[in-house]
Amino acid sequence: MVELNFYLVLSALLFSIGVVGVLVRRNAIIIFMCIELMLNAINLTLVAFSTFLGNDNGQIFVFFVMTVAAAEAAVGLAIVISLFRNKESLDIDKINILKW
Amino acid sequence: MQNYFILIVVLPLIGFLINLFFGKKINSEKFSGWLSSLFVLISFLIGVLLLFELLKLPEDSRKIVFNYFSWISVGNFNVDYSFFVDPLSLVMILVVTGIGFLIHVYSIGYMHNDVGFARFFAYLNLFIFAMLHLILADNFLVIFLGWEGVGLCSYLLIGFWYEKKFTGDAAKKAFIVNRIGDFGFMTAMFLVFTNFGTLNISTFNGSIAGFPVNTPLLVTIALLFFLGAIGKSAQIPLFVWLPDAMAGPTPVSALIHAATMVTAGIYLIARTSLLYALAPVASTVILVVGIATAIISATIALKQNDIKKILAYSTVSQLGFMFIALGTHSYVAALFHLITHAFFKGLMFLGSGSVIHGMHEEQDIRNMGGLRDKMKITYITFLIGAIAISGIPPFSGFFSKDEILYKTFVNAGIIPYLLVLIAAAFTAFYMFRLIGLTFFGKPRYDANIHPHESTSTMTIPLIILAILSIIGGFIGLPSILGYNVLEHWFEPVFKNATLVVQGYNPETEHSANTEIVLIFVSIIVASIAVYVSFKKYSKQDKFTEERGIGKILENKYYIDEFYDKTVVNPIFQTSERFLWKIFDVKIIDGLVNGIATFASRLSLDWRKVQSGIIHDYATLAVSGIILIILYFLFA
Repeated sequence: MVELNFYLVLSALLFSIGVVGVLVRRNAIIIFMCIELMLNAINLTLVAFSTFLGNDNGQIFVFFVMTVAAAEAAVGLAIVISLFRNKESLDIDKINILKW
Repeated sequence: MQNYFILIVVLPLIGFLINLFFGKKINSEKFSGWLSSLFVLISFLIGVLLLFELLKLPEDSRKIVFNYFSWISVGNFNVDYSFFVDPLSLVMILVVTGIGFLIHVYSIGYMHNDVGFARFFAYLNLFIFAMLHLILADNFLVIFLGWEGVGLCSYLLIGFWYEKKFTGDAAKKAFIVNRIGDFGFMTAMFLVFTNFGTLNISTFNGSIAGFPVNTPLLVTIALLFFLGAIGKSAQIPLFVWLPDAMAGPTPVSALIHAATMVTAGIYLIARTSLLYALAPVASTVILVVGIATAIISATIALKQNDIKKILAYSTVSQLGFMFIALGTHSYVAALFHLITHAFFKGLMFLGSGSVIHGMHEEQDIRNMGGLRDKMKITYITFLIGAIAISGIPPFSGFFSKDEILYKTFVNAGIIPYLLVLIAAAFTAFYMFRLIGLTFFGKPRYDANIHPHESTSTMTIPLIILAILSIIGGFIGLPSILGYNVLEHWFEPVFKNATLVVQGYNPETEHSANTEIVLIFVSIIVASIAVYVSFKKYSKQDKFTEERGIGKILENKYYIDEFYDKTVVNPIFQTSERFLWKIFDVKIIDGLVNGIATFASRLSLDWRKVQSGIIHDYATLAVSGIILIILYFLFA
């Protein structure tokens, strides 16, 4: 039997990788993937808790998160495409005109 | 009755709306003028029908209430839009709509070819509408509605020829001075409501009936209502607006500033007569103010040269007479004088309009003279008005003025009586100065002015009013001469007040001899004044500059200058020097601009946080989350 902590640690690791990825990478698609990674790390936590506590709510939550993630992927990729059409680049640091 | 009665106010309103919105498009003087006049005539006829309705009722219950709808109903504050007709309001209805109709007809001739013809009749109809509310209301709030409505119409009509600056100034002056009076009226209403929980006049009369005489609360309410009356009826110290109000067209001066609106104050006090009977202190104040006004404005009228100004000061003085009567609890005498004054002063104002019209807008009587041959009808009717106001029997003014003199003698004593008598003598004097200078002597106007008699729409109202001025006095004959119709007619209205007054001031019996002596005294005084004045002024040709007292009188005791120095100027100065340049510019603007400057200085550096680089935002968000986690872990 695998302990709950293992799942949690794995999930924390995946989440941290995602966070670091968002913070350090410049390519918009990579950042986007890192966000997906963070979402799925959370999903893992929810499923793990759900199984170990015998409560189905967590699993239902995961469905919602996945749905939202799918919608977000559609919107996000559309933004990425229109960015690329305008700037011929996906370097997120070059997209910085929305400021004071 | 219930059904068609409302037309009495609705028709003038319709006339107002039609003339306001379509008058210019229709652009027909005949249509606008006669439509408005017709509506007022119908209102008058409804008034006559009401008279018969009232006569059918037994004397003590002559009161018809028309309840239309609940106007305001909030908590225990209930105001109904309802009218009531009793002998007092009926007489006012007949005076306002009757004289109003004549003046409407007159205006058709007078305002001929004026660009604002339809607008003028719109305002006149609106005035009748508002004035009828004032008269018919059975509660103070609807009275106030009419009170403000007539004030608005007065403002609009004084400033009718708005392209001249002085008319606008006069209109503003009238409106602002009246606000002081309105303050009194409103405060009195608040006191009535907080203390008696109602604004209905009958209920109010019922609740004060048991109060002891001179209760401070009642005296305060009475004085505050009187302040309102002072403003509207142009008494000292608020009379300064009325002479300036002559800037408006002459029919307006006749209708609003002589016959009807300015008598609203008299009506208000007569309407609440029980209150004043219970507050003799307030009545004494009324008496003093009335006497002061009657004398001071009569003396000013002695030396004025503008035909309308003389009549204006005469109006103020005559209103003073009415207040004297109110102050001596002789409400019937006050209303009697109100009615006859509406006849003869309306007549004389219209006559002066006819003179001004015939003289091509000349108003200075020093530049007239000898007009009696040129304008026969105007001359004769004007003369009738002057005789009436001077108190020569058997013209109407004699009876009403004599009634006031007699009541003053009986109720207030010999000194007030003598003062009123002096004012009456001045009245006769300045009136015949006006007659002498205008209609007698040699012509003093330019040779190229050709005075002419006015059209029939103007002269017919003059003739009707002249007839009324002659016979109007017979409704209130002195008791020694016959039956006093008016006294009897008003008896149910003032019964309660009379009973209260008799409680603390039992009427001393005066023999008929006293009355006869007083009648002869006033006839002799008036005749002497008329004779002296006419002899002096009907031949005067040269005018020298006034000196001494004459100069003071010509300049109206410098009251306007005094008010300018003590009231108007200080307000202007504080407004400009303190309120504008210091309080507004430095404090208000300073505060607003200061907050804005502070915010923009503060954000000068902080706004750099918005770098536009997504990584910065993400880093900040993550650090925030880490901080929160640390807080929950270790706190």
